[in-house]
Amino acid sequence: MTDQVLPQVTDLPSTIAALKERFPNAVKDDTRSGYEGVIVDTACLQEFARVIRDEYGFNYLSSLTAVDYLGHGDHLEVVYHAFRVPSGGKPLVFKAQTDRQDAVIPSLVSIYPGADFQEREAYDLYGIHFTGHPNLKRILLWEGFEGHPMRKDYREAYYEQETKPFDSRWPGGHVFRGEEYNPFGHNVRYPAGFTLDDYKPVTEAEFQQGMALGVDIMGDPAFRTDRLLVNLGPHHPSTHGVFRMMVALTGETVESLEPVMGYLHRNHEKIGERNTWYGNMPFTDRLDYICSMCNNLAYAITVEQMMGGQVSVPYRAEVIRVLMAELTRITNHLWSIGFLLNDLGAFFTPALYAIQTREYILDFFEATAGARMMCNYMRIGGVYKDLTARIRSEAALINDRVRDMDTMEYLDKLINDRLPRSIDELDELLSESEIIKSRCIGVGLLPAEMAIAYSASGPLLRGSGVPYDIRRANPYSIYPELEFDVCTRPNGDIYDRYCVRLDEMRQSVRILKQILPRLKDTQGQPIFGGKTSYSIKVPAGEAYGFAENPKGELGFYLVSTGGGNPWRYHVRAPSFINLTPLGEMCKGQKVADVVAILGSIDIVLGETDR
Amino acid sequence: MYGSGILKGLGVTFRHLITTFIDDIQWLGRKRDVDVFQQKQSLANRGLVTVEYPDEKLAVPERFRFTPFLVTYNLDDPDYPGKDWCTSCGICAKVCPPQCIWIVRGTDPKTGRPKPEPEQFYIDIDICMNCGYCAEYCPFDAIKMDHNYELASYDRTSAHIHDKARLSREIRYWQSIAPTTAAEEEAARGGYDHTDVQKARKKAGLEPSRPDPRLAKPAEPEPVPTPVAVTEAPVAVPQVAAPKAEAAPAPKAEPAASAAADSETPPHPGWVKRGRRWIDPNAKVEPVRRKGKVE
Ligand code: SF4
Ligand code: SF4
Repeated sequence: MTDQVLPQVTDLPSTIAALKERFPNAVKDDTRSGYEGVIVDTACLQEFARVIRDEYGFNYLSSLTAVDYLGHGDHLEVVYHAFRVPSGGKPLVFKAQTDRQDAVIPSLVSIYPGADFQEREAYDLYGIHFTGHPNLKRILLWEGFEGHPMRKDYREAYYEQETKPFDSRWPGGHVFRGEEYNPFGHNVRYPAGFTLDDYKPVTEAEFQQGMALGVDIMGDPAFRTDRLLVNLGPHHPSTHGVFRMMVALTGETVESLEPVMGYLHRNHEKIGERNTWYGNMPFTDRLDYICSMCNNLAYAITVEQMMGGQVSVPYRAEVIRVLMAELTRITNHLWSIGFLLNDLGAFFTPALYAIQTREYILDFFEATAGARMMCNYMRIGGVYKDLTARIRSEAALINDRVRDMDTMEYLDKLINDRLPRSIDELDELLSESEIIKSRCIGVGLLPAEMAIAYSASGPLLRGSGVPYDIRRANPYSIYPELEFDVCTRPNGDIYDRYCVRLDEMRQSVRILKQILPRLKDTQGQPIFGGKTSYSIKVPAGEAYGFAENPKGELGFYLVSTGGGNPWRYHVRAPSFINLTPLGEMCKGQKVADVVAILGSIDIVLGETDR
Repeated sequence: MYGSGILKGLGVTFRHLITTFIDDIQWLGRKRDVDVFQQKQSLANRGLVTVEYPDEKLAVPERFRFTPFLVTYNLDDPDYPGKDWCTSCGICAKVCPPQCIWIVRGTDPKTGRPKPEPEQFYIDIDICMNCGYCAEYCPFDAIKMDHNYELASYDRTSAHIHDKARLSREIRYWQSIAPTTAAEEEAARGGYDHTDVQKARKKAGLEPSRPDPRLAKPAEPEPVPTPVAVTEAPVAVPQVAAPKAEAAPAPKAEPAASAAADSETPPHPGWVKRGRRWIDPNAKVEPVRRKGKVE
């Protein structure tokens, strides 16, 4: 990664100009109003990708997704966002278009291995065949699912109307339950020729075929053992949710591993396209439900980007947003570090210490936003409400216990005393423990080049020594004026990821300490600069907004046709894409380490499966 | 030395063990006192923070949102007893992200024209995602987020669709669970009354808004409001004025119950003490009504 030749041309317009010269007829500007980037002919897509990676330094394919333009050109489009890592800067956006009937696009997995899961997702949800993909099969849905649900002409079983609000709710709203119209057992369609009785889930042979085995397993050649296929999960406490790993073992050693996901799939994106722009905000809470504030923020900045001059976020709102985002980062890392020992097999002592501290932050969220986890706090153009003067409760139930605290005092104590104390305590408890060190150091290795190639982000990327943090690389909100360091560790193992999270919490505290005086200075200033109407319209166009979430890069790719609902609502979920290198990281490790490696990636299934 | 890291870590857990006992000894016998509870829950606490649900519960802050309820005038309101605040404008039904609000707009039986009053109002609580948008965007302060999170029931098919009767609560309830917010909203409306009522009164040449009934009769020790509410204990009325004390001219009925007798002050106006616990005398009304619905 380090000795890569840096590109001659660094700014985006001249790069695009040079690329158009290089591919005279194949690369065209995307001239639709509100769109950016270039449209690349599918015939030379792979060549194009190789050139931008090797010659222009766009070595990180962050997001790959598809859009169905039914009725707006009647084609499917795959949209790519490539970044330079670690130098940062705006992404190069390129697109490839294909026919809806016979959708074929060359796969970029050979150039960007990080495209693997994302192409499978596009295949699953849109039915686009990526030629050359090594393992093109459904990823979120199962084989017995009929159709490709993200296509615009697909209708779900409980379909009522293209977009919300539904007409049946008002003024003649006679209540019905969706279940009455979709009786259980009669609301599923199967592909033609598919019968449940004949359905066999993937066999062991197929599974191993798909997994390109042939790794050298170190060990005693005299010790003869059978290859064994083990399912870890889906119902297993170690998997942090409903998640399955199919592991091929030789003795105790992992030969290959394939994550199987989708158990929590609810087609968040389809729901998002039916929803109004505002309606999506509380749904983003349910992605990574540990970090709802950060999800809100990423969605808000994306829509704000599309609305342009129509909204302006007041300074105090930005201060509060950063306050919330950094507190959320701490809660997430506390959670993740607390559970590290669970993953290693020692249950709950550090987890409970961490959760106890997290509770204090959640108390503050609850008093400010109204909920501990499903905050729904950010608005397009600001935040929901200013901080309360006091964090106080009113008794409403029997045996209620009341508390009453001054908010600023509480934050002051929290940030200057309680959080640093708890972080130090966890550090003291865990960092030097010989057991942890021997279980974590050198396990689950992810070298820097591989981390970039696999589009890893967040602490996973920085734990591999790549100093890439979106708060610095592509700053948003008021991060430019705040002082903090991008934490990295060089080795790319579990221990380093743990250390990065610990360091990041300290950096977050450092940011929060700078936020406190700003909060005091801006007291009483407005916190909302958007539209107050209950339904907003967003100008036609596209936007990719992304933010440094605690788990990595959370991106929203939104397309508007000018109406009250998004035409396309895509979530680039860090928990999902960070799983791409999991198989590689586990190869050659012991089966007991798999769980620790998974834990060190830090996933939340609400976001992975969407 | 190998093992020193582990020992250091064990030191941390040992410290936690000790502080827990120190905590226990320090609060011996007073564990359930209100002020001790607040201490234990504060940031300075180093021992146990466990809240022993359901023997004790953490009261939720004002902005806490669970499921929505509809605001009506108090049942003992002299002019508009029990009148709905909702005008069936439909904004909440439109803004609701999972579309779980169903409203039948009212019609005037004589003219057949729509009238600003919902005929029916349903919320499917199973679908409601507790986002609070309905309360945020309602232009009439007519729908608010409840704090009662204990909604378990035996029948999911009918008990979870709340109809208008089940959803409606008196404005007094909202004022009691969210006094600050309710006061802010009242100020924004320009008075205690519903905006439409204010307009109508203005037209009729009356004072636009009547004073908040909670402030209207502060001095009477034995108030004689007509207790229309089935089991609404009339005791609630004078005591509710307590949180308002510093904002409004303090009513003389406010006894200087001080910190010394803290555990003698009800955690919530109108509550009675049973043994060592405070009990809401009205709380029994709910389950009875729900049971009736299920059958
Ligand atoms: S927004 Fe308010 S007034 Fe309008 S229908 Fe809903 S509850 Fe009634
Ligand atoms: S809280 Fe949200 S989901 Fe529930 S009824 Fe109100 S708007 Fe709908």
